[in-house]
Amino acid sequence: MKKEILAALGQIIPQERMFLDLAERYCYSYDASFGEYLPEIVIQPKNAKEISELVKMANLHKIPVYPRGSGTSLSGGPLPVKGGMVLDLTLLRDKLFIDRENMLAIVSPGVITATIHQKADEAGLFYPPDPSSSNVATIGGNLLENSSGPKGLKYGTTKEYVIGLEVVTPTGEIIRTGGKTVKNVTGYDLTRLIVGSEGTLGIVTEAIIRLIPKPQSQKTFVAHFNHFIDSGHAITSILSSGILPSALELMDNACIRAVENYRPSGLPLQAEAILIIEVDGHPLAIEEEINKCADICKDNGASYVKIAETEEERQTIWSARKWVSPAITQMGPTKISEDATVPRNQIPAMMERLQQIRDKYELNLVVFGHAGDGNLHPNIITDKRNKAEMKKVELAVSEIFEAAIELGGTLSGEHGIGTLKSPYMEMELGANGVIMMKKIKEAWDPNNILNPGKIFAEKGQTKVVLLT
Amino acid sequence: MKAAATSNHANRAVEQLHANAHDWTNQCVKCGYCLPACPTYESMGVESASPRGRINLVKLAAEGKIDLQKDLTEPIELCLGCRACETACPVGVPYGHILEAAKEAIGNRPPSSDNMTKMKKLALVHLFPYPRRMNLLGSGAMLYQKSGLSNLVRQSNLLYRVSPVLAHLEQALPAIESPAKRIRAGTLIPSKGATRMRVAFFTGCIMDSLMSRINRLTIELLTLVGCEVILPENQSCCGALHSHQGEAKQAKALAKRNIQAFMQMDAEVIVSNAGGCGASLREYEQLLADDCEWSGAAKDFSKKSKDISQILHQLGPLPFTGEYHGIVTFQDSCHLRNVQKVQTEPRLLLQAIPGITYVEMAGFDRCCASGGIYNLLHFEESMKILDEKMNDLKETRATTVITVNPGCQMQMSIGIQRDGAANHIKSLHLVEILAKACGLN
Ligand SMILES: Cc1cc2nc3c(=O)[nH]c(=O)nc-3n(C[C@H](O)[C@H](O)[C@H](O)COP(=O)(O)OP(=O)(O)OC[C@H]3O[C@@H](n4cnc5c(N)ncnc54)[C@H](O)[C@@H]3O)c2cc1C
Ligand code: SF4
Ligand code: SF4
Repeated sequence: MKKEILAALGQIIPQERMFLDLAERYCYSYDASFGEYLPEIVIQPKNAKEISELVKMANLHKIPVYPRGSGTSLSGGPLPVKGGMVLDLTLLRDKLFIDRENMLAIVSPGVITATIHQKADEAGLFYPPDPSSSNVATIGGNLLENSSGPKGLKYGTTKEYVIGLEVVTPTGEIIRTGGKTVKNVTGYDLTRLIVGSEGTLGIVTEAIIRLIPKPQSQKTFVAHFNHFIDSGHAITSILSSGILPSALELMDNACIRAVENYRPSGLPLQAEAILIIEVDGHPLAIEEEINKCADICKDNGASYVKIAETEEERQTIWSARKWVSPAITQMGPTKISEDATVPRNQIPAMMERLQQIRDKYELNLVVFGHAGDGNLHPNIITDKRNKAEMKKVELAVSEIFEAAIELGGTLSGEHGIGTLKSPYMEMELGANGVIMMKKIKEAWDPNNILNPGKIFAEKGQTKVVLLT
Repeated sequence: MKAAATSNHANRAVEQLHANAHDWTNQCVKCGYCLPACPTYESMGVESASPRGRINLVKLAAEGKIDLQKDLTEPIELCLGCRACETACPVGVPYGHILEAAKEAIGNRPPSSDNMTKMKKLALVHLFPYPRRMNLLGSGAMLYQKSGLSNLVRQSNLLYRVSPVLAHLEQALPAIESPAKRIRAGTLIPSKGATRMRVAFFTGCIMDSLMSRINRLTIELLTLVGCEVILPENQSCCGALHSHQGEAKQAKALAKRNIQAFMQMDAEVIVSNAGGCGASLREYEQLLADDCEWSGAAKDFSKKSKDISQILHQLGPLPFTGEYHGIVTFQDSCHLRNVQKVQTEPRLLLQAIPGITYVEMAGFDRCCASGGIYNLLHFEESMKILDEKMNDLKETRATTVITVNPGCQMQMSIGIQRDGAANHIKSLHLVEILAKACGLN
């Protein structure tokens, strides 16, 4: 990095929050996805003013700026693909204010999502979006990836809860969008534009999020199916019966086997699918709902149904789902985690397509996910040192995307596009759809300073590249 | 010529690191689940002070992308070795082994005149492996306390001016028993009442010299619940400090000596009362896994190793004779919790003491930053973490904080002293409070 630039940076940020040494730069070269890109410098700003000055300076010298939360992105979101500076935003964490009267939280972006869950809970309120990384990921990262988890089915994704933002624009201005009101139709909805923009349109420095009353209680049950197709019918019957579960999770046979192999817990090895269903609300209402759900599963050919009577039994049911991630990583050191999503009546069709892909390429492909909202997680377990197999993985991943889109679905339900899915954007949006998005990006970020190399494919890039 | 020799040496260290640890580092999927568990990540706030960062740096060093000495040394040295990250990791990355391999690679350098290294070497090679020398240290320390010299030194603040680290440690030293009371190695102590189990007791080097009272009380408690206790002769330091400081060869030699000393004793269980030592006994199995001559014996040995709290709980209830008044809290010893996976037994034992008010402390599972000799080597970083711990401790309003490891116990004492709370909070070993409640002294 040039001396004069360093001197200018020194005017904005004290030395101890600026890192140039190789070890520290390497520590910000990755996220939870693929790829390793060495930034020229890592900076830990503490407030919007510092960020605004940094971004203005970056525009002046044309230095790429990469915002980063906890680096748990699965799509390459915070990777500094073009070098430049990584802004580690985890130090922006001083504000977490719960406004009980207005049922809001005002938060700094570096606050860990689980802390918001906990503080809201202490105030008798509820912040529903629950990505499984919520103990680690920042709310800033959640906002910019529009993250969600099992609760998405009933309660929606992060964007349903964000009503106001403070943002440093790609040219360094500090603006506010939205506000503290739930209703707001003044002008374009920039809040929603920023949420899910993967750090390409602005750096969020504060967010106002909506909280809702805490559900009084919850009930959980598990059902085993010997035929996958039956579980699909059970799902659609439940959802069309007027019940909206707070979670509806699915595990396929490969998952069941992996878990049983890792933590033997009596799961049925012959079952093609396990469904875990949870309902929440008034105790009397959910009692009735859970029984009805269980009946529907039985009517649709479930081989086994069990409603949890105690908290312990509830935990046991969920633990099978929780063990999926660790269990499947025992099968190989590299995990390619996809999140293609289809309309939920297409789940059985999508499962079939995934099976064909698995057989065609002879890969370790397991499927689990949030079946209620069509968000499946096909995971390919492999070893990135095995070059021949990685080539097959690249092809399989492409086919997974094609299948999802052909069935009327989308490339990504919650993990974002980042670097990994950018080559497929046109497939889903069409050339003109992508051009409209690019125009927005150019209008906001004329120098292409903020998180360049993401969402939009590089020239000539047509397929995911996992081999580097 | 010299430069070439040095670089050859460095290359070998890198190759060795690759052979030892690269596969392990590859298991890390960079999910970051370990970040919230890591005390140094919390206190330092940079990724290089996190488990995920460290694992990746070891990987890069093994691949030759960064320099062992220049880039890897500091992040690795600043790790506490508490292994909380291992417990948090959903895919079971063996961080402890990665850390040891990295330390070995870093330590495996051409001789330097670095002072700290010399001091560490001195203690590790010339002190800890020799029970006699450690005893001498213990006796010397006792003399120092009894002679009144210690008061003089404390009052004059002399030591503090020379070295704040030593000054803190000096204040934290427990009252040391006369060597005459120390139970000799080679002795067999019969159980009180019917014999229910034959156990061999691992005395540990620091425990035996500086804290021999705790060892004596441990043995008395064991006999109270029906154990016949043997103290094998020729046992030596467990090797934990050596492993943690990257001296694998010495650690292995010590392990073999202990296996030999204990396996002849025909005991059902090998008991230790220091979380750190116990963990390293449990890991002899891995340490010697590649040594075909020793691996079988090491496995048996590790299987037999138990913490004192496990045995007292298993053979309990203890015959309490009095009540203990006051609020008591428990600070987990990292190596007991994260390596030996023992966490409920000490709590159940404490809660069973008549009259006790047991309170759980926030962050009970977070390292106190004593970390072997971390507090000596990295005083400021250690105190920053410790001061946070003291805030949590004060929240509980406890009058006694219990640990199961001498390092932790001393570190808690240091924290209490720094906080000026020494006249209303005590730091005790689990065995001390249990012994007191059983009328032992
Ligand atoms: C094991 C595991 C499980 C996961 N489970 C889920 C799940 O169930 N559901 C789900 O949706 N996701 C999941 N994820 C993905 C990931 O955790 C989420 O995308 C999360 O929101 C990322 O947050 P982060 O703080 O780590 O952000 P990072 O990964 O650091 O960044 C994510 C993106 O946001 C940008 N960014 C971060 N902060 C800001 C800011 N303040 N301003 C502007 N841009 C910013 C970055 O540039 C990047 O593009 C999982 C990941 C892992 C590793
Ligand atoms: S939790 Fe395990 S896999 Fe995840 S980053 Fe930490 S060490 Fe790696
Ligand atoms: S051993 Fe402790 S200090 Fe070291 S990386 Fe793991 S959690 Fe952090």
